[in-house]
Amino acid sequence: MSPTGGRAPRPFDVDAMLEDPQVRIVVCCGSGGVGKTTTAAALALRAAERGRTAVVLTIDPARRLAQSMGLRELDNSPRQVRGIDAGSGGSLDAMMLDMKRTFDEVVVAHSSPEKAAAVLDNPFYQALSTSFAGTQEYMAMEKLGQLRAQDSWDLIVVDTPPSRSALDFLDAPARLGSFLDGRLIRVLTAPARAGGRAGLRVFQLGLSVFTGALTRVLGGELLTDVQTFVGALDSMFGGFRERAEQTYALLQRPETVFVVVAAPEPDALREASYFVERLAGDGMPLGGLVLNRVHATPVPGLSAAQSQAAAERLDAPEHALAKGALALHAERMRVIERETRLAQRFRTAHPSVPVVPVPAFPTDVHDLDGLRAVGGALAARG
Amino acid sequence: MVDWDRVRLHVVSGKGGTGKTTVAAALALTLAAGGRRVLLVEVEGRQGIAQLFDTSPLPYEERKVAVAADGGDVYALAINPEEAVLEYLEMYYRLGRAGKALDRMGALEFATTIAPGLRDVLLTGKTYEATRRRGAGGGFAYDAVVMDAPPTGRITRFLNVNEEVSTLTRMGPIHRQAGLIMQLLRGATAVHLVTVLEEMPVQETADGFAELCAAGLVVGAVVVNQVRSSPLPSAALSAAQRGEVDRAALRAGLERGDLADLPAMTADVLAAWTDGLALEVLEHGERSLLERQERARLAALGPPVLELPRLADGIDLGALYTLSDALAEQGVRGPDTRRAT
Repeated sequence: MSPTGGRAPRPFDVDAMLEDPQVRIVVCCGSGGVGKTTTAAALALRAAERGRTAVVLTIDPARRLAQSMGLRELDNSPRQVRGIDAGSGGSLDAMMLDMKRTFDEVVVAHSSPEKAAAVLDNPFYQALSTSFAGTQEYMAMEKLGQLRAQDSWDLIVVDTPPSRSALDFLDAPARLGSFLDGRLIRVLTAPARAGGRAGLRVFQLGLSVFTGALTRVLGGELLTDVQTFVGALDSMFGGFRERAEQTYALLQRPETVFVVVAAPEPDALREASYFVERLAGDGMPLGGLVLNRVHATPVPGLSAAQSQAAAERLDAPEHALAKGALALHAERMRVIERETRLAQRFRTAHPSVPVVPVPAFPTDVHDLDGLRAVGGALAARG
Repeated sequence: MVDWDRVRLHVVSGKGGTGKTTVAAALALTLAAGGRRVLLVEVEGRQGIAQLFDTSPLPYEERKVAVAADGGDVYALAINPEEAVLEYLEMYYRLGRAGKALDRMGALEFATTIAPGLRDVLLTGKTYEATRRRGAGGGFAYDAVVMDAPPTGRITRFLNVNEEVSTLTRMGPIHRQAGLIMQLLRGATAVHLVTVLEEMPVQETADGFAELCAAGLVVGAVVVNQVRSSPLPSAALSAAQRGEVDRAALRAGLERGDLADLPAMTADVLAAWTDGLALEVLEHGERSLLERQERARLAALGPPVLELPRLADGIDLGALYTLSDALAEQGVRGPDTRRAT
């Protein structure tokens, strides 16, 4: 009996999503440590073995997961994954994102060799391309845009960077883009052009305090590096913000489906809730929630309390095994009961979001069979 | 061994999902025990500390959140980069109204979310300030500072950001400040890595350990969180690890444990439960074998390994004290304040 009037939540029909030819992009998001990369790889493999020409873009895969897909080097271009069942006519390519290289390629592709060289040598650019907050997200979006434009695959599955918040994936590119295109940068490069007529003097006063403070705080050389960098970029390509906006628009098209990944833990589910609300707010299509690493039991009829009480009644040494087994079961049931409560809370708050639980596997996934097993669980429709 | 008297800044990192915020909070309680003052700082803006200690979201000010055993105090601070940059500018340049102007210009956003590493500079800088701050009596304001730090994958870059910044800026106050912060991080600082006994987190711990060492940062302890002790007798555990379980003994015990008296119990149900529990015992055996391998890998790294029990009911304020006691039993303690002053 559901307290919300008997309307059972829809199960998440993963196979229908993967087989729908209208679906061209699947984005896996969620907070760190919930199994996003494994989910992305398992979805891509399942799609490929059901006939799609699929590619999976991973951001930071664990070494053995990468090896299971034959990804031994970070060469920033998709490679064919061997060992898949191609009986349905599908194929799977996989790649790992190299953030710096992707950025370098954007620079090289859109400028003259001399200008590109000047940018690549600039210390500010080097810092920006490796350690800027948001660069990884921006470059993941950029790469997604490139893969989509290349049109060699009919399904692209994307993993998202391991940021503290799942929302960063949506927000960071626009933030970086608007910074690079923004008023601040224009002010730094060409102070004379900035500002309108209204309040011009106040503005210029603020400006001189501002550049003065920035010079004092950052040191003059950094400012010069920034100015040189921005000057070189200026004539180079059609605006970072514009590119970020284009990819953002791609994510709003009906061909894109978001899959939110969470573990049955309060933090991960809270992040998932934020994300689900944000997607709805921005009109982005949500496929459903993957609830990863859910515990299960072959003895669901024996509750934690019953099992614990039975364990406590057994004191004779010959029953030590049964006592231990009952204690183990009681512990597992307590975990299951807590996870069920947390999942129920999410379902109550988001009754229209389809949910699929994926069981906790005793060992980590590091081969294609493991990914197939995860894929099978994903498609089991709750 | 960790030099508990010398370390003033404890940086707690770990793979996402391993419980680093919980461990940082328990560590702060342990260090504060016996009348010390400890500051717990949060740098990722998640308000995880407030949730753990069951208080309202933390403002940008140090606030007492818990009392430790024998009268110590734990304070908490959620460092907000925007506030930190204003405070910084105020402290060094007395930019009152101009600071607000900077805000309108988008400069604060520049400095805190997009400038290369500046956000991390501010977070480490504020932590540095709290660690070195002197109280009214001339001694340190806090006996120790615990940072709930970014995850293992980003920790080395995070802590090393000041190195990068001092290269980028070459001179000026940020350059000097960055140098001082690196001195603290390479000196009276220990980085503790939190993991669980699973393959991926252990691999990430090993990778993080290697990166930290290469960067000249000191790893204090490896903290294994959520360790489950086996309720099985050792012979039964060894058997389960070999894939064997004595079903007859299990069934006899279930009958004896009054399960046979449950309503709706039939011989078929009892047989099914015996099989089900046997399967759970075998899975437990398989997992404990894997855990043994992972434990051996962690021990081989070098730093002392501390263990914290898995608490089946999740983490609440009471659980933090249980974990804090477990750390104390394994030798974790605050600095000797008589010497520190």
